[in-house]
Amino acid sequence: MSDNFERFANCAVEVLSVDADQVVLEATFESLDADSLDLVELVMALEEEFDVNVEEEELDGILTVQGAYDLILSKI
Amino acid sequence: MSRVVLVTGGNRGIGLATAERFQTSGHKVAVTARSKVGEGLEDLFVVKCDVTDKDSVDAAVTEIEESLGPVEILVSNAGITRDGLVLRMNDGDFSEVLDANLTGGFRVARRVVKQMMRARWGRIVFVSSVVGLGGQAGQANYAASKAGITGLARSLAKEFAGRNITVNVVAPGPIDTDMLAALSDAQRDAMLDMVPLGRLGAPQEIAAAIEYLASEDAGFVTGTVLPIDGGLSMG
Repeated sequence: MSDNFERFANCAVEVLSVDADQVVLEATFESLDADSLDLVELVMALEEEFDVNVEEEELDGILTVQGAYDLILSKI
Repeated sequence: MSRVVLVTGGNRGIGLATAERFQTSGHKVAVTARSKVGEGLEDLFVVKCDVTDKDSVDAAVTEIEESLGPVEILVSNAGITRDGLVLRMNDGDFSEVLDANLTGGFRVARRVVKQMMRARWGRIVFVSSVVGLGGQAGQANYAASKAGITGLARSLAKEFAGRNITVNVVAPGPIDTDMLAALSDAQRDAMLDMVPLGRLGAPQEIAAAIEYLASEDAGFVTGTVLPIDGGLSMG
């Protein structure tokens, strides 16, 4: 597992209150019981962790851990 | 249960009475003020804050979080007036009042709500005004800002309901504070004529309602606007 994904997963574990082994690329946020507010909170934590900036419209259509992780990776 | 309470504009009037009431009930209370001067503030944790400045809000809340812990109860009370008839009111008079009274409340709420989300518990009470319900000649800017608070509060109430955060509004009528002392005797008398209970309210009477809305008991109350005005707004 890459160092970046570990940092990503740590944020998800903390913000979404899920277990680390639930945070896998194919997981949907729905399956993690995360609503839109959770997603916003997660993105804010990720912005801080990776020192990146995510615009509101970029979140459209992000439904999975893979989607969110790719979005963050594309910015660092 | 002792909570961390933040009262903006807490150095006098309704804000100070509210801070004192929470303090007496055993809560940890911080108040913000543009200037640190004021009497009776010795026992309160006073932080300098200009609610029209995002960085100032951030610095003030950070200081409170470090000293007392995350804010669990916000009383958004800071407000100013720049009275005048519309024809004599310039853009600055209007926008400055909106920026302090309405956008200021938004800035503080946005800053503290994140921690309330984490805690899955929070109470926000905005101090509006009876003039936000009925309008007031000479106070178009103030009335607009206070009416806007209702829309802001109810939107927050809906956005954060899923996190067990309630957001409510109190709408005081004429209360015996410095803000009202600025009125002429004739203006005061005219106002009292319209109050069925025939007297000014005391800041402590507003504080009591705010404490209720922020209490555990008020957990099913959200998005409400509670007039406390001696009957002035009932029509």
